[in-house]
Amino acid sequence: MNLADMGPLLQTALELGLFSALTVLALYLSYSMLNVCDLSTDGCFTMGACVGAVVAISGHPFLSIIAAMGVGILSGFIVAILQTKMGVESLLAGIIVNTGWYSLNIAIMGNASLLNMNKTETVFTKLKDVLDGTIISDAYRLIIALIAVTLVVVFLSFFLRTRLGLAIRATGNNPDMVKSSSINPAFTTIVGLCISNSFTALGGCLLAQSQKSVNIDIGSGMVTIALASLLIGEAVMSKGGITLRAVGAVIGAFIFRLVYTIALRFHMPAYMLKLVSSIIVIVAISGPYFKKRLPLIKRSLALKKQGIDGEGRADA
Amino acid sequence: MLRLSHVSKTFNPGTVNAKQALTDLNLNVNDGDFITIIGANGAGKSTLFNAIAGSFITDSGQIILDDTDITLMPEHIRAHRIGRLFQDPMRGTAAGMTIEENLTLAAGKGGWLSHIDRKQREEFREILSRLDMGLEDRMKQPMGLLSGGQRQAVTLLMATINPPSVLLLDEHTAALDPAAADKVLKITREVVRQEHLTCLMITHNMESALSTGNRTLMMSDGNIVVDVSGEERDRLQVEDLLNMFSEASGKKLDTDRILLKEGGK
Repeated sequence: MNLADMGPLLQTALELGLFSALTVLALYLSYSMLNVCDLSTDGCFTMGACVGAVVAISGHPFLSIIAAMGVGILSGFIVAILQTKMGVESLLAGIIVNTGWYSLNIAIMGNASLLNMNKTETVFTKLKDVLDGTIISDAYRLIIALIAVTLVVVFLSFFLRTRLGLAIRATGNNPDMVKSSSINPAFTTIVGLCISNSFTALGGCLLAQSQKSVNIDIGSGMVTIALASLLIGEAVMSKGGITLRAVGAVIGAFIFRLVYTIALRFHMPAYMLKLVSSIIVIVAISGPYFKKRLPLIKRSLALKKQGIDGEGRADA
Repeated sequence: MLRLSHVSKTFNPGTVNAKQALTDLNLNVNDGDFITIIGANGAGKSTLFNAIAGSFITDSGQIILDDTDITLMPEHIRAHRIGRLFQDPMRGTAAGMTIEENLTLAAGKGGWLSHIDRKQREEFREILSRLDMGLEDRMKQPMGLLSGGQRQAVTLLMATINPPSVLLLDEHTAALDPAAADKVLKITREVVRQEHLTCLMITHNMESALSTGNRTLMMSDGNIVVDVSGEERDRLQVEDLLNMFSEASGKKLDTDRILLKEGGK
């Protein structure tokens, strides 16, 4: 790989990283702050893409973004109601919604599993027209992604310091303490999931419009990819305030895409993306677990070496 | 001001593990009472607090607080008027959030989208300095960095920052080392006195049960078997209390976990 290749490569990684950063920021809110693993992410991402595409095709490029976010809020609301008011376990609620949304998404696309936006006017085509002929005419995707991510990061760093934001963070930290502060943790969970899913849907909408097509699989595996990026980001910015950690999530998304893009250049097949993201999540979650167990494993190995049977040891 | 009439609660009803935790319990707490509660493990002390705070809804009976029937009221709404501390110092605060963020949530002032302002910070700094633990200079540090005693002291501030109608203390010094326990108990007495709080305190220390507050309850098998206050209580020694207990409940108090005297001497 020579240096001339690096420019476009970086740009692609940056673009894709920023688009997925919206979902990573959604998980930053739901997973890191609210401590809810929201498995409806895949379905919500696809729904945002579908709704955004349908509205854009009908001739409303700006409205499509608002519509996508709106449907994300609705999706998050349903997942939250299932787990807070209807006794459905949190993980199961996400899976159920995800499955249901598959049918709904096909219905939204008008009984199709693929929509083409080649001739559709979107925010991307609009900006492209504006930038036509200038030196940055190629960067229109990057600019829109950058604007969206910046807005979300600024919003989060404002919101998570408000009293409502504090209550959402405390819900993930210690729900008992939230109750004793006279706040209903069900309420904070609902608000948190509505907001996070609006970001997820926005991510889906923008990705679909930037690649001018949407298919029913656009969101599959998104939750694992975003989680991998989030965990990379937390490793990069483990210490620091709310804003720095949000920026860390964006950097994590970028690093993930960069590594992936480089791997593609070295002829890794594209279908490996999801396996790689699964492995990253496993390593990031199991790593600390094994690190904690390491002293115990060492001791039991030492005992075995001395010929003493390690059976019956306390299991940590 | 707090009245429980004929309150019962059975856990796991209809199974072999069924346990009647509260049995037709009646209690009338007067305004300004500082009640200490003793009893063996499983006597129903914490269950009584759970019933008052709303951690579960009782099977029968009625709970009245300040002329309002709170029997069926959800826990977080009761929390407006009921403050509570647990034995575990971790339970009352959010470890990952800073001291001032914890206090902000407890204070509950301002709109949902309001930020901590300077005036509020000054207030927090002032009440933290009363603890005399140097916490007023650590307001931006995460709660998780504090010792158990410090966390419990801050939890006490959080529970009383909006003076509650009744404060429930569930062995809140039991998990602390003796020095920290003394300090937290001292702060507790001060706060209760300054804010004229009505307070119920579970303790396993018989001596401090008699020396703290104005009234002492002993519980056995989900009910209150001894209720002493006033002059009668002032004259009581720990031994008298033990005798009263075995007379009323028909059995000896299981003193395995109960300290008869200061420091268990």
